[in-house]
Amino acid sequence: MQTEVKQQQFADVNDDVVQSLVETGSKYYITLGLALFVTIACFMFPWFYQLYFGIGAAGNNHPAVWGTYLASFIFWIGLSHSGTLLSCVLHITNSEWRKAMYRSAEAMTLFSLMVAATMVMVHVGRPWFIHWAVPYPNQMELWPNFRSPLMFDVMAITTYLTGSLIFIYMGSIPDFAAVRDRTTGWRHHMYVLLSLGWRGTDTEWHRLGWAYTFLAVLIIPLAVSVHSIVSWDFAMSIVPGLHQTIFAPYFVVGAIYSGTAGIVTVMYVLRKYMNFEHFITRLHFDNLGKLLIVLSLIWTYINVLELFTGWYSGTSTEYEQLKFKLFGFYAPLYWEMILFCAAVPLLMISRRIRTSFVAMLWISIAVNIGMYTERFLIVATTQSRQYLPDAWGLYVPSLVEISIIIGSLAMFVTLFLIFVKIFPSVSIYEVKETMEPPKKKEGTPAWQATH
Amino acid sequence: MSFIDRFVAGWRKHRKPGYYDKLDYAWSMTIDLDRCTGCGACVTACQAENNLAIVGEKDLAAGREMQWIRIERYWDGEYPNATLNFIPMLCQHCDAAPCETVCPVSATYHNQDGLNVQVYNRCIGTRSCAVYCPYEVRYFNYHDHHWDTPLEQQLNPDVSVREKGVMEKCTFCVQRIRQAKDHAKDDGGRRVQDGEVQPACVQTCPAEALVFGDRQDPNSQVSQSMSSPRAYNPLGDLNTQPSVVYLKKVGADAD
Repeated sequence: MQTEVKQQQFADVNDDVVQSLVETGSKYYITLGLALFVTIACFMFPWFYQLYFGIGAAGNNHPAVWGTYLASFIFWIGLSHSGTLLSCVLHITNSEWRKAMYRSAEAMTLFSLMVAATMVMVHVGRPWFIHWAVPYPNQMELWPNFRSPLMFDVMAITTYLTGSLIFIYMGSIPDFAAVRDRTTGWRHHMYVLLSLGWRGTDTEWHRLGWAYTFLAVLIIPLAVSVHSIVSWDFAMSIVPGLHQTIFAPYFVVGAIYSGTAGIVTVMYVLRKYMNFEHFITRLHFDNLGKLLIVLSLIWTYINVLELFTGWYSGTSTEYEQLKFKLFGFYAPLYWEMILFCAAVPLLMISRRIRTSFVAMLWISIAVNIGMYTERFLIVATTQSRQYLPDAWGLYVPSLVEISIIIGSLAMFVTLFLIFVKIFPSVSIYEVKETMEPPKKKEGTPAWQATH
Repeated sequence: MSFIDRFVAGWRKHRKPGYYDKLDYAWSMTIDLDRCTGCGACVTACQAENNLAIVGEKDLAAGREMQWIRIERYWDGEYPNATLNFIPMLCQHCDAAPCETVCPVSATYHNQDGLNVQVYNRCIGTRSCAVYCPYEVRYFNYHDHHWDTPLEQQLNPDVSVREKGVMEKCTFCVQRIRQAKDHAKDDGGRRVQDGEVQPACVQTCPAEALVFGDRQDPNSQVSQSMSSPRAYNPLGDLNTQPSVVYLKKVGADAD
């Protein structure tokens, strides 16, 4: 890695990152405006329409009461996975290459969780009563149903969101302080508040390091539990095709898979448009490519296992489900998913592909399209073929649903664009740790020369 | 009584409601498939009694019709030897209901009459109960429904009209059961007699294929009917312990 970083000095890191915060070009404003416009036009308006007229605005019908909203919910929760989880794992294993990318990865976690929570609001029939799913003391003396996996879900996601928020904020405090010292005007006041009076004493660094590692260890099991619980929403039913014990690991692996691919996409964009060529290098893409290929193999294995479980059960309902999945109405989508998530990522075996930025961008996008399809199929195929043939049916998303999905993507982009102007999107102090210490004389570090 | 004592007492009560040991009544139904002609009178009666929405042409085509009881049709054999079988399908009021465990707000639960009840006002519309139900008898209100004048005049005042975004399903005509229980209570606190209460579908069935009653009473008509050797539960291997028992169609060949 050192060979790729061009003689950067400590001050250059500060300059580059502060520059990314304070210098805003017209391109940024145009993108932000566009993203905001799409959010309002494609998400807000259709949602208000749906709130007014009822869920009938979506394409759901009698056997298929769940639709793309729930698929999007799983997708966004999945995308949230690699950020903080990956950052924590790499922090504990002391991986140097984590340091340039983890801030944006964690932000991805935060914003995908927020979009996922919004998708729940869009999904339920009466979102104005959604707070009933939260256990809070109330005059009705009613509690939520603690046996319900949906209830566990509310708990798990809230905990994960809180944990991730604290984790990203705590890791940013020294950077806020660094930016505070270099900005003026309202920005200075904002960073004074955000940096919580950070002075950079030894005690402060020591406490930060300790708390940071503590939180990292805490968040890893939390992240695994979140998507396991999301999978229980499905696996705890007795619907053929959903009622499988493999679902928890299946969802967790799928989540990390799509999340890692999401990080590759975000890193490409940051590198290209935020001038972070020095920090995000071929090494990062190479390493993430290796991770992606391992995840794709595990994902493929679990998919084969899922088919096997259905076949091995020997019941007519499971057979029908399998037949419908492989050759039925949604079969083209199934094979598209296999192509994008199992076949295309195999290209990354070649080092040349892993180190090519453009190839990695397209592969990561393909993986996430495939993973969205996977979530859609989990919801759609299983509901279409349940026990009673009289109640079989098909489900096709409506225009309102498609528009809301596009709008939620724009919402994610909007949040991210606001983030990169407030948070230093590359960790200033941790990038410095990976660099050569400043030298006064040949071969003697500055801090030694002073003594 | 200290706060902790009250909490413990409340917790115990919550953990073990009285009806875990014994239900007040165990309302059950048997459906004799040998008698069912598939006329659909029960469907119509249910619609009239329970204010079921008329969803209209567009929603019907989208597959969003409301039928708390529906007649499922299954063809057996090939033409010309084909036979048509009917299975009326309604909420089975399972004692181990999958829909009850999944609702995050407990909008559907088991009451002391052995009924699987749906609280419309508590429902937030996650629709997970409909996915979890293997009998597919839960219906969702995709829109606010309206009745053209003068049809709104025939709405049953004892039954609420459901708003958009809530789930609904067969209640075994809980409003009639409630009325009968109140009547029996006022009448010297006696128990509800067999035949005193009937859901609309049972009342209307011309072939008397449906029988309703309390299965805790061994002399009730429904208990007698349930002990028939033809009795079975559809999807019985799922072990949901339904309160609706079907009597198998033996058919013309057996005569």
